[in-house]
Amino acid sequence: MPLLEIHDLHVAYGAIKALRGVSLNVAEGEIVTLIGANGAGKTTTLRAISALARPSQGRILYGGESIVGRPAHQVARAGLVHVPEGRGIFLNLTVEENLELGGYGRRDGGIEQERDRVYALFPRVKERLRQVAGTLSGGEQQMLAIGRALLARPRLLLLDEPSLGLAPRVVQTIFQVIREINQAGTTILLIEQNARMALQVAHRAYVLEVGQIIMEGAAADLAASDDVRKAYLGVHG
Amino acid sequence: MADFVQTLETALAVGSLYALIALGYTMVYGILKFINFAHGDVVVLGAWISYTVAQWCLKRLAPADGPPLWLGPVVLACAMTVCGVLGFLIERLAYKPLRRAPRLNVLITAIGVSLLLQNVGQLDAVFGSSPVSMPALLPNPALVRMSFGGPGSSEVVIGLVDATIFVTAGLLMLALETIVYRTRLGAAMRAVSFNAETAALMGINANRIISFTFVTGSVLAAAAGFLYAMKYPGLNQPAHTIWVLLGLKAFVSAVIGGIGNVRGALLGGFVIAFVEQFGAFYISSNYRDVYVFALLIIILLIRPTGILGTPYREKV
Ligand SMILES: Nc1ncnc2c1ncn2[C@@H]1O[C@H](COP(=O)(O)OP(=O)(O)O)[C@@H](O)[C@H]1O
Ligand SMILES: [Mg+2]
Repeated sequence: MPLLEIHDLHVAYGAIKALRGVSLNVAEGEIVTLIGANGAGKTTTLRAISALARPSQGRILYGGESIVGRPAHQVARAGLVHVPEGRGIFLNLTVEENLELGGYGRRDGGIEQERDRVYALFPRVKERLRQVAGTLSGGEQQMLAIGRALLARPRLLLLDEPSLGLAPRVVQTIFQVIREINQAGTTILLIEQNARMALQVAHRAYVLEVGQIIMEGAAADLAASDDVRKAYLGVHG
Repeated sequence: MADFVQTLETALAVGSLYALIALGYTMVYGILKFINFAHGDVVVLGAWISYTVAQWCLKRLAPADGPPLWLGPVVLACAMTVCGVLGFLIERLAYKPLRRAPRLNVLITAIGVSLLLQNVGQLDAVFGSSPVSMPALLPNPALVRMSFGGPGSSEVVIGLVDATIFVTAGLLMLALETIVYRTRLGAAMRAVSFNAETAALMGINANRIISFTFVTGSVLAAAAGFLYAMKYPGLNQPAHTIWVLLGLKAFVSAVIGGIGNVRGALLGGFVIAFVEQFGAFYISSNYRDVYVFALLIIILLIRPTGILGTPYREKV
């Protein structure tokens, strides 16, 4: 049984149909990437999973249970942790407060272990604990956002364009960390416009176009397919 | 000199009342982005509950040698409890159903709640529509006497009542400041205030935080009402303009401090009281309200976000 199963998901914003029957699944231990052009509906898919957007139709099963209709904070507490587009850092809080809020919903105590792990992954974050988060650079904010999500001890981590707007060197770091987090046992659903990097790190991939999945398969196969190379990897001819 | 110090002392006392009330306006605005116009009426309720409980106890006890010392804290606790429950109910019944409605709708609802509280308060079965006199719960001996100049010159006296106001208000502000800036709950409040949606992704239940905010603000308003009744025992009827002005000045305090900012509300309360009291003493007491609103206009012109308000922009 997959950890996450989505069947025929529809989401609309008023008259705009953002998702028109999306189905996908993510198995325990995988990195699955959802790629697609700007406006394809990638963010909307993640928002529906974490209950920030309400589907008009379709099913979302997490660990075999339907989570549609549950409030967002309960979905998060169940281990489905969403790092939103734009990182969602609380710019008025300190770096440390942001990090601690990652563990807010946990009732098991013992967040020290994850905290140490985050410090090891992102030494820059540790150096800036007392700073107001608004003073961080974009790359540091993304590291903080991922670190904060790890403090929640996610079972399934949802990442919305973690590489957006970052310098190439920082992008490398972020993707390296994504790989490490997955190797340590966390399942990841990764959304990216940077299809090249996403297909390198992922096991499987889905291609979303105007609210519908048009292709799916092993990431390596998609990266090799002509259609994907033309449309998403900028390879011509 | 004595005049100056006496005015300073009054400004501090009045300022701590404004600050206590301003906290409720600013916390609610910070999280829900609307002005809870009914907040000032919770202060009035606090004062009138204090009067009612004090009166009832004194009638029952009929103490020969003045009210017992425990009566003050008991009255305060009753007022805080009633107002806390009321604050919770107001949010649940009036504002929560409008969580997704335009802010203007909520604002108009708040005005409605305010009118409802004022008019229910005036009913004979509730508090009635005539002024009353708050019984003295404390003796008011001079604790501090400062004389300026030689014997026979003017002196400044700080009595037990004012000292009680300073200590009580100071402790409550300290408690709130600690909760908001030094606890996980406080961090969650500030997170919801910054972005409720992202806060939900942290597992924060925004509805809980909102309820907590209303209860806390109302409890502080009750304390302000109680302390106000101690300092100015002639209580006007619940819909009197004097109460409206009190709420309005506290609201102005929150705005000039930077609405949504807890430390700003504290600062704003004292700034407003200083301007009002010093203006009234050194210029003319006829225009005491004018100074307050003139200051509001000036601050809004030179710093629209208030003294401590910061507009945040997301980095992309
Ligand atoms: N809040 C919104 N209101 C109206 N339309 C929206 C909203 N958010 C997204 N959309 C529309 O839904 C579609 C999918 O958007 P989105 O999920 O953000 O795409 P992506 O993340 O792939 O760029 C787009 O056409 C976008 O304009
Ligand atoms: Mg997007």
